[in-house]
Amino acid sequence: MSTSNFPGGAVVRHAAVWIAAIVVIIVMPYVFTSSSSVSMMSQMGVFIVFALSYNMLLGEAGMLSFGHAVYFGLGGFLTLHAIRAVNDDVWSFPLELMPLVGGLGGLAFGVIFGSVSTRRAGVTFAMITLGIGAMVEASANMFTNFFGGESGVSGNRVTEVTLLPFSYGPQIEVYYLIGAWTIVAALLMFLLTKTPLGRMANAVRDNPERAQFVGYSTTIARFIQFALSGFFAGIAGGLFAILFEIMTAPNVGLIQSGAVLLMTFIGGLGVFFGPIIGAVLVTYMQIALSGFSEGWILYFGLLFVLMVMYVPNGIAGVIVSHFAPWQAGLAHRFAVPYLLAIVPALLALAGLVTMIEMGYHLSLAYDPSRPIELFGMEITATSVAAWVVAVALFAAGLVALRWVAGRIRQRWGEVNQAMDAQRAKQ
Amino acid sequence: MIESVVFSLLNGVLYGMLLFMLASGLTLIFGMMGVLNFAHASFYMLGAYCAYSISQVLGFWGALVIAPIIVGLLGALTERVGLRNVHKHGHVAELLFTFGLVYVIDELVILVWGQLPVDYRIPEALDFTLFSLYGSDFPAYRGFILFMAVAMFVAIYLLLVRTRVGMIIRASLSHPDMVGALGHNVPRIFTFVFAFGTGLAGLAGVMAGNYFITEPGMAFAMGPIVFVVVVLGGLGSLGGALVASLIIGLVTTFAVGMNYSIADMLASAGIAFGQDSVLGINLSRFGPMLPYLLMVLILIFRPRGLMGSRES
Repeated sequence: MSTSNFPGGAVVRHAAVWIAAIVVIIVMPYVFTSSSSVSMMSQMGVFIVFALSYNMLLGEAGMLSFGHAVYFGLGGFLTLHAIRAVNDDVWSFPLELMPLVGGLGGLAFGVIFGSVSTRRAGVTFAMITLGIGAMVEASANMFTNFFGGESGVSGNRVTEVTLLPFSYGPQIEVYYLIGAWTIVAALLMFLLTKTPLGRMANAVRDNPERAQFVGYSTTIARFIQFALSGFFAGIAGGLFAILFEIMTAPNVGLIQSGAVLLMTFIGGLGVFFGPIIGAVLVTYMQIALSGFSEGWILYFGLLFVLMVMYVPNGIAGVIVSHFAPWQAGLAHRFAVPYLLAIVPALLALAGLVTMIEMGYHLSLAYDPSRPIELFGMEITATSVAAWVVAVALFAAGLVALRWVAGRIRQRWGEVNQAMDAQRAKQ
Repeated sequence: MIESVVFSLLNGVLYGMLLFMLASGLTLIFGMMGVLNFAHASFYMLGAYCAYSISQVLGFWGALVIAPIIVGLLGALTERVGLRNVHKHGHVAELLFTFGLVYVIDELVILVWGQLPVDYRIPEALDFTLFSLYGSDFPAYRGFILFMAVAMFVAIYLLLVRTRVGMIIRASLSHPDMVGALGHNVPRIFTFVFAFGTGLAGLAGVMAGNYFITEPGMAFAMGPIVFVVVVLGGLGSLGGALVASLIIGLVTTFAVGMNYSIADMLASAGIAFGQDSVLGINLSRFGPMLPYLLMVLILIFRPRGLMGSRES
């Protein structure tokens, strides 16, 4: 580790990245102007904050939580109750700062539940968070005033108490509000990774015993990290409440907790921007695929399982692993095997998608013999030929993919050797 | 009063024994491999659906034999193709793998059998009243479930304690390296145990699918509660799983039957207090929450569970 976490050049580089991110957020609505895409991008912002807060646990401190939606959901409920209070003239608080209510709520519950769960690590910790998540979800039946029972709590985000001259009724104004909060929250979480606390969280993840020998309490490091992560999850929940104006009991539940785990892992745990990729990709796929296919959850599940098996560092991990060959000027050597991999990968994917879509069509459609439209073709799910072709495509793609994977591994070996040789010369 | 207590008792024991059928496989897998199989309830659902399809052709008794075997084979396949490769990345990766498997299996069930419940029925040979108590009937199928669960416990116990295979399994639980050094193929034992455990889950599915309803939500309804049972009993402990199953079964069944609140009880004792606070909430609403509260408390204060021998 260098003596300073921020050497001069790095500050400039980091600042450039963050300014670029701000510009992207400002420009996006001018590129994708439709109201559905603005709504989708708003959701992406919410889930970027949520996934980054989850990564504070799993990625940075090695704490696998199955109940992170508790802080997200409770923060959302609190924000919505606060908005209702403002609308009822009971309280006065500007809407722009409302996510803070959610954040402080998330922090409070993070402190409460964190104090009992962070004393353990590993699988025991995971089980405690699962239990707390299920408990809070089940308690929605008991506290119907707070959770609103079956129909949930709804409110109107137009409170007329604002700092800026906007009503936040129109979608685009909410988008920019969420965008601003996303940048602020993401920047704060990034800076946290550079503090001694962030470093201790890493140490506790990598080698708890040595962290203790240095003189730190692993429990306290985990606890602070957990509570702060609850704070940011609460902010995400507050943004969610402002965006949708409704919160229901499942928002605190196990399915929501599973979703954030999925996005964070798919994006990549080890790199700060990994969860951002995951949140953007998963939100996009969720919205785009759920309109296109009954089976989007299956596609997600398969993607997740395959990534756990073969790409445990996620998408960001794959990207980062190419930085070194790129700097060594060797990245071009991957071009041919990667291009070769595209063809069998697409073949296998086409076969798999065809099989899955035909399967869903057979089991869910009123009239299974009606053809389905896929890849611009009409396919009859009841015909044996279609199944034979799909299975053949899938199998052929897999076999070819295995062969290409061997070549890619071989090429990685060569590039690593070449890089070692370069280093030896210096 | 006695009437409702007796019936709550019977139903609680029944629910508890069904939980035990599921939990026994899960706790065996954990005890052996250190893997918490998140997808265990999904294998249970697969058992119910397979039993439905097989019973269409061979009847219930055919399904009772074949469905658990099919589910066990699927479990073996899962272990061989997936889990074994993930094993090198550690326990968290294994947990994540089985977690992803939940999504895949639950969706595949919808893909094959559709969104609606299937008509998986109790066999006619067992569709009669075993005995009547206080004018209410106790169906024979419930008696059959109880019998099967007890038989299963005895069989697993004898297998583990009295046979050579069981001895090797117990040895690989405590001293995997030594067992390997003695020339046993530990990875193959793992595959066998995973298949056996998921097969037991499949058997539970065969038994419970027609007692409850066979529908795509049945795995999600059972999944978290089985975890509670296994944690409460102590990970890896068969006897603990039995005790914990009965506790959870009885607690939830009795809680559902309680149609009054703590404030009501105080009121009947002449104290008017807390009708509008938490104390005024109907006790039956605590029911769904109680198992998880128990689980969190036990994890905090006694992480090895009631009868477990070690922490996870």
